[in-house]
Amino acid sequence: MSEPLLSIENLVTEFRVEGGTVPAVNGAGYQVMPGETVGVVGESGSGKSVTVASVLGLLPSSGRVVSGTARFAGRDLLAMRERELEQVRGRDIGLVFQDPMTALNPVMTIGEQIAESLRRHASISRRAAATKVAELLAEVGIPSPKERARQYPHQFSGGMRQRAMIAMAMANRPRLIIADEPTTALDVTIQAQILDLLRRVQREHDAALVMITHDLGVIAEMTERVVVMYAGRVVETADVDSIFHHPRHPYTRGLLRSLPRLGERRDELPAIGGQPPDPRRLPDGCAFRVRCDLSGGRAECGFQPALSEVAAGHVSACHFHGELAEEGVA
Amino acid sequence: MTALDTMTTSAGPPEGQGSLSPGQLAVRRFRRHKVAVAGLVVLVLFGLAAIVLPFFLDDPNAVDPTAIRQGPGDGHLLGTDSAGRDVLARLVAGGRVSLLVGLSVAALTTTIGLVLGAVAGYYRGWVDAVLSRVTDVVLSFPTLIIVIVVVAFVGPSVPALILGIGLFHWPVAFRIVRGLTLSLREQDSIQAVSGLGAGPARVLRKHVVPAVVAPLTVVATLEVAQAILLEAALSFIGLGVPPPTASWGNMLNEAQSLTILESMPWLWLPPGIAIALTVLAVNFVGDGLRDAADPRAAR
Amino acid sequence: MLAFIVRRLAISVVVLAGISVLLFVLLQLMPGDPAEMMVDPFSFSGDRAAAVQQRREELGLDQSMFVQYVRWIGEFVQGNLGFSYSTQRPVTEVMLERFGPTARLMGTGLVIALLVGIPVGILAAMRRNTAVDYGATVLSLVAISIPSFFVALIGIYVFGLKLGWLPTAGINSPGGGGFVDSVRHLVLPAAILGLALAGPYVRYARAAMLEVLGQDFLTTARSKGLARRRVIGRHALHNALIPLVTVVAVQIPTLFAGAVIIEQIFAWPGMGRMALDAVRARDYPILLGFVMAVAVLVLLCNLIADVAYAIIDPRIRLSGARA
Repeated sequence: MSEPLLSIENLVTEFRVEGGTVPAVNGAGYQVMPGETVGVVGESGSGKSVTVASVLGLLPSSGRVVSGTARFAGRDLLAMRERELEQVRGRDIGLVFQDPMTALNPVMTIGEQIAESLRRHASISRRAAATKVAELLAEVGIPSPKERARQYPHQFSGGMRQRAMIAMAMANRPRLIIADEPTTALDVTIQAQILDLLRRVQREHDAALVMITHDLGVIAEMTERVVVMYAGRVVETADVDSIFHHPRHPYTRGLLRSLPRLGERRDELPAIGGQPPDPRRLPDGCAFRVRCDLSGGRAECGFQPALSEVAAGHVSACHFHGELAEEGVA
Repeated sequence: MTALDTMTTSAGPPEGQGSLSPGQLAVRRFRRHKVAVAGLVVLVLFGLAAIVLPFFLDDPNAVDPTAIRQGPGDGHLLGTDSAGRDVLARLVAGGRVSLLVGLSVAALTTTIGLVLGAVAGYYRGWVDAVLSRVTDVVLSFPTLIIVIVVVAFVGPSVPALILGIGLFHWPVAFRIVRGLTLSLREQDSIQAVSGLGAGPARVLRKHVVPAVVAPLTVVATLEVAQAILLEAALSFIGLGVPPPTASWGNMLNEAQSLTILESMPWLWLPPGIAIALTVLAVNFVGDGLRDAADPRAAR
Repeated sequence: MLAFIVRRLAISVVVLAGISVLLFVLLQLMPGDPAEMMVDPFSFSGDRAAAVQQRREELGLDQSMFVQYVRWIGEFVQGNLGFSYSTQRPVTEVMLERFGPTARLMGTGLVIALLVGIPVGILAAMRRNTAVDYGATVLSLVAISIPSFFVALIGIYVFGLKLGWLPTAGINSPGGGGFVDSVRHLVLPAAILGLALAGPYVRYARAAMLEVLGQDFLTTARSKGLARRRVIGRHALHNALIPLVTVVAVQIPTLFAGAVIIEQIFAWPGMGRMALDAVRARDYPILLGFVMAVAVLVLLCNLIADVAYAIIDPRIRLSGARA
């Protein structure tokens, strides 16, 4: 097997707040192979977005990576100076954000915003950049790309904006695309088109894709491997079939049970019972134990469960993963 | 960015302490604001001085032709002015005037702003459109010039000053109240109440007032500072508090003579410093109150 | 965009008309009969009552209020604002004479306020919660809190009387004195006027920049690998300027208020000093001319704000609707 493209280990990130710090990521880690599609799923606040922001140096000023490693193609991202990291961002790794309205600069044309990324990472003329922009816009399915490049974000529809955002992320043919809730802000009908587009450009560019989402439907449709996060930690990792048919963590099982019926649409994962824990007051031991229907107040849950391999390529952080194996499919 | 979103949506009360009421939290935030606390101390001291000191000082208007423009020293701690009046006594009396003007204007502007803002927010439509347009114009018209015109017609006096400033300084309060009333109207509580036939006065009392108390306190505080500054400026150019009543502004008026400016600093430094310190203290308190009232707007 | 400007202009005209009605009513409330004043009781010989009556008819004061207003506004539009009570000269002529010095003082003050206030505010926002930020915030509050006339007195005391570096009165030395002399006279009053306005500008600029620094598209810009300088200079600044242009323009009329005070202290022969003299002499036509000039400036600044807003914000420029 080849080297992983992206490898995050034991990442700890905290935020400065009034009167102290709050941990947002508590030792999370996962790997992404070249060309692979990985889904990262969890409730809001589980640290899935902060993990990505941490390794790319995109944390807000109140955030700080405390410890951990993050390697991209063998290079340590966390040890890089800002200058070096800038070379990676946008060239080797492209990002697609959730809300294309707020993620695009309202006072610059779409074309300028894409060209800016091109010209940052390659010395090409303005004219050549403009040609490339039109090609990229055409590639993501925007009609009359030359004219559209001269327009501003507010003149684009939501779906078109997200297409432009994808064109921007793809501009320098990155080896990794990270899409953070890329369809959450869009209409249902547009969502499918955007997912199709992401899949297509990923295949054509032979890039790896990390899909950050709370939508298990997106996970099922798009990804090969799934990382489940809870309270700043990874609680389960497996290929998509195993996750959906043989979950070995009670949190994953809870997520699957709460899946909306066909045709029903929900914006957030339905509660598993109880709230996600307050990151300032995480319970001792297993962070999930207060909401866990498997714990039953057993003493083991007072200790932090380690990630252990429960089957080939299947890792779970639950003391009682064996019990779930016996139960079979929920 | 999403990373930040996740933080703010999952973060509860910002301090993580147990069961303090919002009021207690606000007090705590205010006390952490050190310059604001210092400002409050200064104001309390000045206020006490304005109340207590007159009992121990000369009559601020007592003319003494035998002791004109005397430097600080025996009998007159801060010296005497061109009419032989005690500068310290006039300084304290001027403080009372500043306080009176500042507080009256703040009360007047917040009341006008509250009523007009609530009316605009409650009735919406053309009432709101007209009031908002008027507000835009009043807001961009310099108050000092309006008061100069008012004084030109009715002559300078303390009531003219208070009315002149107060009647044209309400737009800030108006905008806050209007905005809050509009958003309250969208909420069920008021719709339910007004559906049951509650009049605007009741809605104002029961719903609008409690919601705007905190931001209006901040506005009122900053209003005190601006009113004191305006009073001083107008008195300085002779269109504010008319003599012989002492005011910090008209005490400085004398300093326009280069002789006094150069050789009698006791005549102009104390009132100038008093204005600056008072206004600065009020503004610091206002800043502290703003942060205490709205932690999200905090630095 | 043209439709947008035309609409704004139309609103300005309506507002100006409203102000003119207000001023006209004030004019009627003025104590004293202008006709009486124009016929000097001491030097006039003959039938004074008849002369006054003739004057009244000449001035149209025997007509109804409405007719008088229409005539007054007609004259106003043609630039005729009446005659000064004290000098009998046309108000327009007096004002034009005073306009130059005031424009020089206010213009320089505005430039100083912008050059100091905006960069300091933006720097404070970028260095949020550092000594730079605290220093800028406290200093801006100090600038807002200390009355400009007190600063002016201190300035005269220090630079004029003690150090003797700068002149402290007038627009230039008696008998003129060339460019350098004018500049030396301008420095102190313009700097004091400008620094007073720089205080609020620092706060606006800081707030506008902080608002933008929290926006998603800056993260996008950084995710493209853009250098910090370009993220701030190209993406953040342009967006921060949009709200800033409005407050900066709308604040310009407050310079007029500041100029009234500063011109008084520095014996600056501008419109502010003219207005104060008019108040003392009860020269109402001059005073009303001054107020009308301020009103025009207020509306002009509002209009400038709207147009500038439309120019730098493509959402307005292209749709014609204000966000």
